[in-house]
Amino acid sequence: MAQSTTHTLPPPFNSSSTTPKPPLITQGAEALLYKTTYLTPSTPIALKHRPKKSYRHPTLDTRLTKARILAEARVLVKCKREGVVVPAVLGADWEEGWLACEWIEGKTIRAALDGYLKRDVGEEADLRGEGVRGLMGRIGVVLAKLHGIGVVHGDLTTSNLMVRQLEREGDGLESLSLGENREKGLEGEVVIIDFGLATQSVQDEDRAVDLYVLERAFGSTHPQAEGLFEEVLRVYGESYKGAKVVLRRLEDVRLRGRKKSMIG
Amino acid sequence: MSAGSELKLPHLEAYPVHVSLFQDVTNAEFLKRQLLEGNAEYEYAFLDATTIISVNHVLAAVFRAINDSIHNRLKSRNVHSEIVFSLSPNNNIAESFRRFGVSDTTNTLLAIKVLNAPNSAVTRLDPASHLGSCVEGNRIEFSDENLKHSADLPRIRKIYKLNSSDNSKSKGKSAKSESTTNGVHNEAHELKEMEAVILGIMALKGS
Ligand SMILES: Nc1ncnc2c1ncn2[C@@H]1O[C@H](COP(=O)(O)OP(=O)(O)O)[C@@H](O)[C@H]1O
Ligand SMILES: [Mg+2]
Repeated sequence: MAQSTTHTLPPPFNSSSTTPKPPLITQGAEALLYKTTYLTPSTPIALKHRPKKSYRHPTLDTRLTKARILAEARVLVKCKREGVVVPAVLGADWEEGWLACEWIEGKTIRAALDGYLKRDVGEEADLRGEGVRGLMGRIGVVLAKLHGIGVVHGDLTTSNLMVRQLEREGDGLESLSLGENREKGLEGEVVIIDFGLATQSVQDEDRAVDLYVLERAFGSTHPQAEGLFEEVLRVYGESYKGAKVVLRRLEDVRLRGRKKSMIG
Repeated sequence: MSAGSELKLPHLEAYPVHVSLFQDVTNAEFLKRQLLEGNAEYEYAFLDATTIISVNHVLAAVFRAINDSIHNRLKSRNVHSEIVFSLSPNNNIAESFRRFGVSDTTNTLLAIKVLNAPNSAVTRLDPASHLGSCVEGNRIEFSDENLKHSADLPRIRKIYKLNSSDNSKSKGKSAKSESTTNGVHNEAHELKEMEAVILGIMALKGS
């Protein structure tokens, strides 16, 4: 963490004289995420780099990096093949430790909800509003689709779900009222990102834990919007065969979670 | 009549790429023979455009070939044969040439040359004019629009083992994507999704 300003990009991303140096967007525990371009100057990508870890044996490090890059890329390609909305994989180099994905123009669900829920003192956000309920429903659909193809995400948070910004010419947001603007921030396709911990599974337990993790994430990033998550689950429950069983299982998982926190 | 395109891939600006797309080609057999005989003036990737879906499809293969060449891990003879190989979903080099390379009956031809390719001979010939004189056909713009026109989608689906769209839609009722409701948008969207899967498959190749 100390040398956070001296990250070196893997070749060939470190060599260009004409493409601007890719800015670092986020730094996770394992990976660095940059925004740059790929194939054409008008194609933005999210470049995920897993730098070498000097504390690991080099052979082990190379093997782990390769396994992780490939695991993430394979799940993304499987999702794309089967119609789950995820960023496209445009390229990879597991020896250098990078994965190039389509850049999603938009916001994380976390940012979208922040924008919607943030109000002046005394004013309250409408949690039954069509816009926000619609967004929750679309999250339910995309999670059902993901689980339906046999993939469990493993790290569902409000930062690992994004809303793709609508492409619309003409109607600049400036001309909209504050209220309309807030509603706009909720529109758009929901995209699942960050498959670094994803696995293939059709077990009810794994699916239920996936939902539980997201429920907890909602509770911690947006406690004022607790009720909203019910809408995610309601739509999830109607979206594929087997979803109802998962929701029943989720009740057990919650119970275990509560017991654990009482003991611990 | 187009003059071909000289492209610079982001991050690989040191290796400019010339691309010319020709339709109504009548001397594919001659061109193929120049490659087989190793004629040094014909250091190109000659592709049959029927198995190409878009500009990005081509550029992803070119990027991969140049990057692998820089890292000294080409699986085939040189960066140009590697472009053809990079398009393939598997590691069979001969098959990749049958599927993506020029054939005696090629009608729409894509000619690619990587300039300053690492470890390749310096050519004095300007590819745009050399191709203009040796390919008998009409050069058209290297664009998604023109590639879409010559693409054989069922064949491409078969090569990359893609389910046809109907197939994937019938899997789940709730799976309908909101963006596929009107016809025109639908076709463009479907091509984009197909391209995305293909690029993913190419990226995973060799893993
Ligand atoms: N494809 C993408 N398009 C746009 N933004 C992205 C994309 N992938 C990641 N991000 C942004 O970067 C953040 C971190 O990326 P993520 O893949 O979640 O890595 P980490 O493992 O560090 O959480 C995300 O929360 C999101 O804001
Ligand atoms: Mg994340």
